[in-house]
Amino acid sequence: MEVLTSELAAGPEPSIEVRSRKHPVLALASRRVMQGLVTVFLVSVVVFLATEVLPGNAAYSILGRSATPESIHKLELQLHLDQGIVAQYWYWFSGILRGDLGTSMSNGQSVTALVSARFLNSAVLVLLAGFFGTLVGVLAGAIAALRRDRPFDHALSISSLALTALPEFVIAIGLVLLFATNVFHWLPAISLLPPGTTPLSRPHVLVLPVATLVLVIFPYIARMMRAAMIEALESDYVEMARLQGISAKRILFFQALPNSIAPTIQVIGLNFLYLAGGIVVVEYIFDYPGIGQALVSAVNNRDIPVIQFIVVVLAAVYVVVNIVTDVVALIGSPRRRYAQ
Amino acid sequence: MTAEIRTSAEDVLAPKIRGQWRAILSRVVRTKRGATGLALTAVVVLVAIVGPFFSPYSPTALVALPFQRPSATYLLGTDALGRDVLSRVLSGGWLLLCMALAATILGVCIGAAAGISAAYIKGRADGLIMRSADVLLAFPQLVFALLLVSIAGPKLWLIVLAVALGHAPQVARVIRAAALDVSERPYVRAVEIQGVPRRKVMYSEILPNLVTPLMVEAGLRMTYSIVVMAGLAFLGFGQAPPDPNWGIMINENRVGLQSNPWAVVVPALLISLLTIGTNTFTDAVARVAIGVERQPVELTTVVAGGQE
Repeated sequence: MEVLTSELAAGPEPSIEVRSRKHPVLALASRRVMQGLVTVFLVSVVVFLATEVLPGNAAYSILGRSATPESIHKLELQLHLDQGIVAQYWYWFSGILRGDLGTSMSNGQSVTALVSARFLNSAVLVLLAGFFGTLVGVLAGAIAALRRDRPFDHALSISSLALTALPEFVIAIGLVLLFATNVFHWLPAISLLPPGTTPLSRPHVLVLPVATLVLVIFPYIARMMRAAMIEALESDYVEMARLQGISAKRILFFQALPNSIAPTIQVIGLNFLYLAGGIVVVEYIFDYPGIGQALVSAVNNRDIPVIQFIVVVLAAVYVVVNIVTDVVALIGSPRRRYAQ
Repeated sequence: MTAEIRTSAEDVLAPKIRGQWRAILSRVVRTKRGATGLALTAVVVLVAIVGPFFSPYSPTALVALPFQRPSATYLLGTDALGRDVLSRVLSGGWLLLCMALAATILGVCIGAAAGISAAYIKGRADGLIMRSADVLLAFPQLVFALLLVSIAGPKLWLIVLAVALGHAPQVARVIRAAALDVSERPYVRAVEIQGVPRRKVMYSEILPNLVTPLMVEAGLRMTYSIVVMAGLAFLGFGQAPPDPNWGIMINENRVGLQSNPWAVVVPALLISLLTIGTNTFTDAVARVAIGVERQPVELTTVVAGGQE
């Protein structure tokens, strides 16, 4: 909080004194965290208002034709529909903060119980896909840059153009066709997890979902890595190192590679952002019990509390990843730390 | 005075924009990538538009047993309910295409208007517009569409609006960055001093200079529109069930992947050719227009989106 006030007091153009007093990474991080909190708050307001403008009475639309005046009244009390909109919002938002997410409208289960296990499953999927996607992307990009205009480079260029255009579900169906149902029968076409088991205990069900997401994200990372690596290889400092007689391997690993990963971090972050939304379709296709699949069924059942919560959480994840990316990118490139 | 400028703006600048579009496009189609992209897109568009007139059966009629393999009577076999796959493929594209096109146009227009206004008016309007963009950007595009659909049901106009609103903030960011540069140029200042209204300045002076980023954005958004539209249809939020749609077909027929894979493969192939076509074409446009051999298309988005 102190950081914030000094930031505000400094005004739009911080004096040199302020800048030197505070570490620039810290300054950016604190500014971003504040912006992020405001964004998440606004997102929650948008989600809440959007779901509150349900045409007709929410209680009636949930109970349907079987509604009686008594049951409608009971549900209205349960949903706090008898109170003002600000009070309703506050009740809902403070519930989220307390970890009390209300009850699912379709089965009366508590939303917290419904989503907590699924969160873990989705997190496993996102982290694995993000890790392998980054690994493949960075490697492919670096190799393409080293072998510029050779067959590998061209193959990567063409295939990334195609892969970045394809919808996730088409890639997923292609993989299922190839590895599960028609050509080979190596892997399960759907990734069912019996309740109580974690995805890591049954790694074979993770292969196709993770592979789908890796194929979606790695081309972006590879392209950026290639461009950054070529720029690094053509730079003066690499030229200077060459003239000094430093071995090509040393130059590659200690100069070109670290300097091209820094600009690539932004793109890696963007791809984690994509994954937050991309899991929806992929989990649905593979019947993988994560929050994406829960969101789709909640939308089908118009299960408002579940929708509200998952959407707010995905948005919050998005904001957090954005902040982390900015800070990591800043740490990774010292030059930009002082650029205002 | 103003009248004079108005006529000059409309007579001189409008053809200039059209000329720019044409000049870039004619160079694009002469590149290998541009021609390939255009050809792929054209084939699928042709299938989608002409297809309904050639469908051998009604796309909703139950004609045979489910998941029959291709035969002389049913060239691509039958689907999960025993309908003719070929007929459904031929009729299942045009609405998807129209909706994607509508969402792209709407999204690019809203985004461009917001981006130019933010860059030119500056101050509070800029802050307000870009903060709203930030909030919208925090929703993954498909999730945002799902949220809207959950509120009002899967209505077609709502899906178009949802996809367009998902595009708008991203377009706004790119266009704002480009417009900031243009709005500082001396001739814009010169026109301002003559007392030309702001709206006129934005429309007649700034917009014509944003043709290249707008073209690249429009192409990029078209690809994403198709991807998101088809994805929503795949998830069951598109046309109502009996109507054919390539996205829905892939989902409803994937249980029969082993009996009749064509019911899934053909619609998936058409969607793929279409998005690869538009993406390749856009890539060619970006290369020609911006002249960046090494800069990938999404980098322009990344750079503009990565800052503040």
